[in-house]
Amino acid sequence: MLELKNVNTHYGQIQALHDVSIKVNRGEIVTLIGANGAGKTTLMMTVCGDPKASSGDILFEGESIRQMPTSLIMRKGLAVVPEGRRIFSGLTVAENLHMGAYFSDKAAYEAQLDHVLGLFPRLKERYNQRGGTMSGGEQQMLSIGRALMSHPRLLLLDEPSLGLAPIIIQQIFEIIERLRDEGVTIFLVEQNANQALKIADRGYVLENGRVVMSDTGEALLTHDAVRKAYLGG
Amino acid sequence: MTEASLYLLQQIINGLTIGSTYALIAIGYTMVYGIIGMINFAHGEIYMIGSYVSFIVITGLLAIGSFVLPLVLFIALVVAMLIASTYGWTVERVAYRPLRGSNRLIALISAIGMSIFLQNYVALSQGSRDVALAPLISGSVLELGSLETFEVTLSWMQLLIWVVTLVTMTALTLFISRSRMGRACRACAEDLGMTNLLGIDTNRIISLTFVIGAALAAIAGLLLGLYYGVINPFVGFMAGLKAFTAAVLGGIGSIPGAMLGGLILGVTEALTAAYFPSEYKDVVAFGLLVTILLFRPTGILGKPEVEKV
Repeated sequence: MLELKNVNTHYGQIQALHDVSIKVNRGEIVTLIGANGAGKTTLMMTVCGDPKASSGDILFEGESIRQMPTSLIMRKGLAVVPEGRRIFSGLTVAENLHMGAYFSDKAAYEAQLDHVLGLFPRLKERYNQRGGTMSGGEQQMLSIGRALMSHPRLLLLDEPSLGLAPIIIQQIFEIIERLRDEGVTIFLVEQNANQALKIADRGYVLENGRVVMSDTGEALLTHDAVRKAYLGG
Repeated sequence: MTEASLYLLQQIINGLTIGSTYALIAIGYTMVYGIIGMINFAHGEIYMIGSYVSFIVITGLLAIGSFVLPLVLFIALVVAMLIASTYGWTVERVAYRPLRGSNRLIALISAIGMSIFLQNYVALSQGSRDVALAPLISGSVLELGSLETFEVTLSWMQLLIWVVTLVTMTALTLFISRSRMGRACRACAEDLGMTNLLGIDTNRIISLTFVIGAALAAIAGLLLGLYYGVINPFVGFMAGLKAFTAAVLGGIGSIPGAMLGGLILGVTEALTAAYFPSEYKDVVAFGLLVTILLFRPTGILGKPEVEKV
């Protein structure tokens, strides 16, 4: 579904990704783990075309998206829940969700709205409230809901658990699994490696902009080096 | 009513009239700033071009003997809005878009360059002297008090300015708050990058704000041109500066702020000119700006940027 082939990304002179190759198959949850500054967010944003990969290729459903402008890529059937949630805090929950479905017709919009509000009943309660007035967990739900509004086939999630209470994190991960069961392919970037690997079909470990390991989620979870580096021994 | 209060009332009427046009121009500054964080210093020139186009259209239509005044004005308004919008759109494409992402100062210098270019371009093609238009709309709607003491008048021209401004602002407010594109404008103002990540071509939204700002400036250009009856290629500078002040006063980035700022500035100027030597009106107008910025740097309706993490 999504394939990165020897992708290199630069910020000016500084190279952030080195020859990264990653594959996400339809229906999988694939997770990317790594320490702070390893390049996880850069990798995810490179898929979205901002920044652009300087070499290599990125294929989405067989089509090369590396040279495309971000706005075009994001209309191909993938959606992103970016780092820091980035909801529109001055817009209401309803308006935020509407922004996610900017290109949908009315019927598709309404069907998807029902679905999202079913996944996150809390958003229904807060429907006409401004996004910025909600708690961190609610904002994360809104960010995921907004991404789902475009009915994506591939969902990119960048650290959805960051800064949230354990009970909320639990809920978010349950939702991610549920989405996979509904047929949405998931690419999940996480620092919370333990939790991410538990739900992931496969995982990649990123270190200093390089993929240093890849295996099934289960295998990585029990791997000695991974345990030492990312799971606290 | 006493003579003094009638005099005050007259000044407020005059101030609201000028203030309305400041507000119309200020929208362009505030919307562009709200989205890309730059001051479009060529915006005053777009207003001036709107004035010129409407003068040319009106003179032309009158010359061929078309004398249904409302129709003449309407055609002039539409043509001025279209042409000014084209200029606004082009200025962004030519002078600002290639510089986006670079240092803010560079875009600012480019804007000042564009402003000087447009002034001189109009001066060369239309002549740099004053162009006058005989008053088209005369008479007054309302006369209060008596001629012996002091008479308050609200002229048809002033009423026209109020009504057109009110209708325009209402339409703009509805567009921004209700429509799909208006929602996208607000989203862009909050987080341009995120809006792009939702698949929306933010360059088109940015172009749209330039077009809307230019169209509103053209409306002001027509109205103020008719009100004063005289224009020259350099009227955009002061009008632009005043409208910019109005936008900052109200809180730059905020549309209601620009409206309020324009009215406050217009009334303040009128009152100063009425009770002090009229040269002081600019001193007081810009003094007001300094004072507001000292005590409330975000302007009257501007919101400080708070990010909840």
